[in-house]
Amino acid sequence: MKAFTKITSLIVPLDRANVDTDAIIPKQFLKSIRRAGFGPYLFDEWRYLDQGEPDMDCTNRPLNKDFVLNKPEYQGAEILLARENFGCGSSREHAPWALEDFGFRAIIAPSFADIFYNNCFKNGLLPIILAAELVDGLFNEISAGYKLTVDLETQKIVTPDGREMGFDIDGNRKYRLLNGLDDIALSLLYADKIKAYEAERAKRAPWLFVD
Amino acid sequence: MSGKTLYDKLWEDHVVYTEDDGSSLIYIDCHLIHEVTSPQAFEGLRLASRKPWRQSRNLAVADHNVPTTDRDKGIADPVSRLQVETLDKNCTEFGITEFGMADARQGIVHVVGPEQGVTLPGMTIVCGDSHTSTHGASGALAFGIGTSEVEHVLATQCLVQKKAKNLLIKVNGQVGKGVTAKDIVLAIIGKIGTAGGNGYTIEFAGEAIRALSMEGRMTICNMAIEAGARAGLVAVDDVTIDYYRNRPYSPKGNDWFMAERLWQQLYSDADAVFDKVMQLDAALIKPQVTWGTSPELVVAVDETVPDPALEPDAVKRQGMMRALEYMGLQAGQAITDITLDKVFIGSCTNSRIEDLRAAAVVVEGKKVAANIKQALVVPGSGLVKRQAEDEGLDKLFVDAGFEWREPGCSMCLAMNADRLEEGERCASTSNRNFEGRQGYGGRTHLVSPAMAAAAAIAGHFVDVSSLEGAAV
Ligand code: SF4
Repeated sequence: MKAFTKITSLIVPLDRANVDTDAIIPKQFLKSIRRAGFGPYLFDEWRYLDQGEPDMDCTNRPLNKDFVLNKPEYQGAEILLARENFGCGSSREHAPWALEDFGFRAIIAPSFADIFYNNCFKNGLLPIILAAELVDGLFNEISAGYKLTVDLETQKIVTPDGREMGFDIDGNRKYRLLNGLDDIALSLLYADKIKAYEAERAKRAPWLFVD
Repeated sequence: MSGKTLYDKLWEDHVVYTEDDGSSLIYIDCHLIHEVTSPQAFEGLRLASRKPWRQSRNLAVADHNVPTTDRDKGIADPVSRLQVETLDKNCTEFGITEFGMADARQGIVHVVGPEQGVTLPGMTIVCGDSHTSTHGASGALAFGIGTSEVEHVLATQCLVQKKAKNLLIKVNGQVGKGVTAKDIVLAIIGKIGTAGGNGYTIEFAGEAIRALSMEGRMTICNMAIEAGARAGLVAVDDVTIDYYRNRPYSPKGNDWFMAERLWQQLYSDADAVFDKVMQLDAALIKPQVTWGTSPELVVAVDETVPDPALEPDAVKRQGMMRALEYMGLQAGQAITDITLDKVFIGSCTNSRIEDLRAAAVVVEGKKVAANIKQALVVPGSGLVKRQAEDEGLDKLFVDAGFEWREPGCSMCLAMNADRLEEGERCASTSNRNFEGRQGYGGRTHLVSPAMAAAAAIAGHFVDVSSLEGAAV
């Protein structure tokens, strides 16, 4: 997993509430058995005027010029600005995979759906919850060339004119993200505790242990 | 000291270890696997040379991509086929039980689990699928996970979690005629919104919930995720225990009696404190129909499509306008004036035997309206299908002009050949009406099985509660 420390980047405003994971990556792309390569199909139904299919070459597909991700001034942005309940709907991790593969590193929104929020951390993406008024403020002030700094270490967002906004993040998640650590290896450090739990539980619920 | 909620009890029973910051390693009793969210997890295990921690605690079944016709011909779409074959290969390689496509027990993972007694009360149950919340109907802590977590569970039988907050939703009194579990849960979502349950585990309680069968409770918990909660719960009672008696994987002999005693403790203590409580009057709930592209955009069947102009919140207003445009509807239009192109009865929300019975009663002796291009009934599992056939339900459907299909997710998310064409409008018993969910440009209205059946016969929405002899 890619570590996340600090980035300074353009920011794309996606002004819709309740953006669901079906919109982030439509289901036909879930047929892939790979983990990479979803970036070109991110927001497929909004980004292109035709219907996307898995493994399609996207270079010559007709673009929806009105969709914010296609606007020239936002090309190369690594931060996405969104509205309430971003990432609701299905548990598909393809959604953060697509966002990450497209080049996003951080998403700022007033709230996120739980599973999506959780999945971001497994994939080096930083979801930042910011008060709705602050998010509103950002939507209003973004203009061509507007760059934001996101610093995970200090838990701060810094605007081009130097204003700082703090954000909360759970310590454990921050540590893992800052260091790009693999969750499984960390959990396996507790293998003895897992075995002890199983032994004790087998006494209470033996039917769960008739392997 | 105050008592514990059901969620508190289930949580405490599964904590292996808690860090100082409150994140816990939680033991997982049952892991369900399907073809869409697992390939990358197995690949991860392989790359790290890891083995499943406990093979026997996993059950796999292909459901999302499987065809619902001509099973013997295999899967025509090569991409879908590869995904299902990859699941077969991974299960063989890692020694995991799989109900293959030819197995009579195959079906939608959330229908198969309870039906087999693989998912039981008191368990922690996870699956790389958000509708895992369904299993909470049995008094189990069940929630959807992402693919990285699928890999984590395979490798460690545990997950790193933080405890959610407790939300109690009490549905008091009894529902009226023609009002089902689906209507209750849609009404709840309409009230609290799709983000209303974010960060909570919802326990559904109250007289109307207690009166539901296990199937109905599963329908309710299935859509807890549509209210933003990862998990929904219903306390164990006799209905639960009777349901699990003699299921193939249920505990046997002395184990059964031990299990029964343990499960009887699975309720929220009378003095338990919830972080939030919400009450609803069941008698006020009418059959529900969604009109927009989010499950919270829902009204009763005797109402009209809402007018965005009356919505004070700008973001919401804009969302409503976009939804109306996508759905091709006008504010003020009567719901019963909405005509349909297709009808889908199926999905992990409403494809169990009781759902099929409720729909069959409505269609018996009638014909699907001329404007309906296709009406599908897709049973949730091979065993549901067989039971329905034993009861003669398939004939009632076929005689009325419905297609009777093989089990799978089907048009719930249109990953197989069953889908809506652009602009087509569908009455669907599934759980999501997002843009494109049932096919690119397709328009979905979520309803109960009886409402879907009645819409198929009339060609437009009708209020089942006003029909003569409608299912209760
Ligand atoms: S039936 Fe629909 S919601 Fe249920 S598991 Fe299948 S695709 Fe998901």
